Amino acid sequence: MGLQESHSFPGRLIVVEGIDGSGKSTQLSLLQTYLVSEGYDVSFTEWNSSPIVKDTTKRGKKKNLFSPTTFSLIHATDFADRHERSILPPLQAGLIVLADRYAYTAFARDAARGCDKSWLRNTYDFATRPDLALYFRVDIDTAVARITGGRIQLKFHEAGMDLGLSPDPITSFRIFQTRVLEEYDHVAEEFGLTVMDGTRSVVEQQREMRKLVKPILKGLRRTHAPRPTPISAAITAAAATAVRSA
Amino acid sequence: METRFYGAGLAKLDVGGELPGNLIVIEGADGVGRSTHIELLQGWLEGQGFAVASTGLVRSALTRRGIESAKEGHSFDRTTMSLFYATDLADRLEHEIVPALRSGFVVLADRYVYTTMARGSARGLDREWLAKLYGFAFVPRRVFFLRLDPDELIRRTLRRGGELDYWESGRDIGLAPDLYTSFRKYQTLILGEFDRMAELYGFTTIDASRTVEEVQAELRREVANLLDPSLLTPAVDVADD
Repeated sequence: MGLQESHSFPGRLIVVEGIDGSGKSTQLSLLQTYLVSEGYDVSFTEWNSSPIVKDTTKRGKKKNLFSPTTFSLIHATDFADRHERSILPPLQAGLIVLADRYAYTAFARDAARGCDKSWLRNTYDFATRPDLALYFRVDIDTAVARITGGRIQLKFHEAGMDLGLSPDPITSFRIFQTRVLEEYDHVAEEFGLTVMDGTRSVVEQQREMRKLVKPILKGLRRTHAPRPTPISAAITAAAATAVRSA
Repeated sequence: METRFYGAGLAKLDVGGELPGNLIVIEGADGVGRSTHIELLQGWLEGQGFAVASTGLVRSALTRRGIESAKEGHSFDRTTMSLFYATDLADRLEHEIVPALRSGFVVLADRYVYTTMARGSARGLDREWLAKLYGFAFVPRRVFFLRLDPDELIRRTLRRGGELDYWESGRDIGLAPDLYTSFRKYQTLILGEFDRMAELYGFTTIDASRTVEEVQAELRREVANLLDPSLLTPAVDVADD
């Protein structure tokens, strides 16, 4: 199997991709609320959250020990652990797995840091190919506006501060994420990611997302009949979650 | 030494075509005497005026604690393990090995990519995937493989009052219900991987079933030929150590 071939597990894997400020996490959270209300069993996993690797990542970031290669490898380690524990078992059990960022993040971000592209693809070759991968595309100005608007905290590595591009975090973010966006465009084409216009309103995007998800849910078991939640109520709930996780 | 990588090398790290130092790797199972021989080689080389640094698996400041605590846990998946070890090696290459080689040191590495590739491969990971993963690693000047039959390895470990280690017995992959059989099967698999790699990567295989003195004398002859043949005159006297 791997990234090049469809999986044959009974579950479904849906991933969202995009730079910070693209709105992907909000949309995934809304989708989760919706799928649960529709009676599906859903499991969620996010980038950089494995308990095995957490302390190492923290130490590396705090003491600025990372190089592009070790930064890339520690995230691959994190991903491998979550893939084994949090992605494969629910897929095997027939659940819907929602992943906030996936291997494509590494392909875009680590390549922007100078890592070799074919090396990156080999490193993540064990990853299960998603049933649906949505790339939330925003221009750099929109992302910066959302971040400076205070909804999202600017992180050191997300801003590419380790590369010494600029001493100003916002300027650095702009330069680094512009490179990441270019890489994402190549990755989206190479792996057939579905491109979402991340500059539209939250509701518009969510409606499109649900439309895209529907066909891949065919044949999937539900634990209860749908209990629809209005999108507006879901957005309020998701906004609260997004603030908490930021 | 000439700087060649197994693959694309290390991002954003320009090492040029040539480094003044030399990277020498000692490979072999736990209990074959790797650290003894590295210590003896280091003392001898330093006595001859060489600057020597040593490095070993899982010694990186970044990953040491993380890997140790992961090994204490219940589930350390083979892919995760390989990637964690790769992180450790990349960190040591960038922070220890390259700086030492740049300064003209002889770097003695207590195991290198080959041990982690053998472990991954023995656990069913794709060899090509593993080899590509380590594309960031330098090709060492020389790799010495201290080869010992698993039965002899077991006797040596036990007669010193040692125990058969959980991970060195491959207990995580369920080869056998008992420790002894598991260790023997696992080390046989690992040895098979090493024999295959010895040919592929051109290791110098050293028969480690002999005495420490004999093995050390052979290592010194080989190292002298590599670094400076005049080191061998007057004759090597290991008894001094």
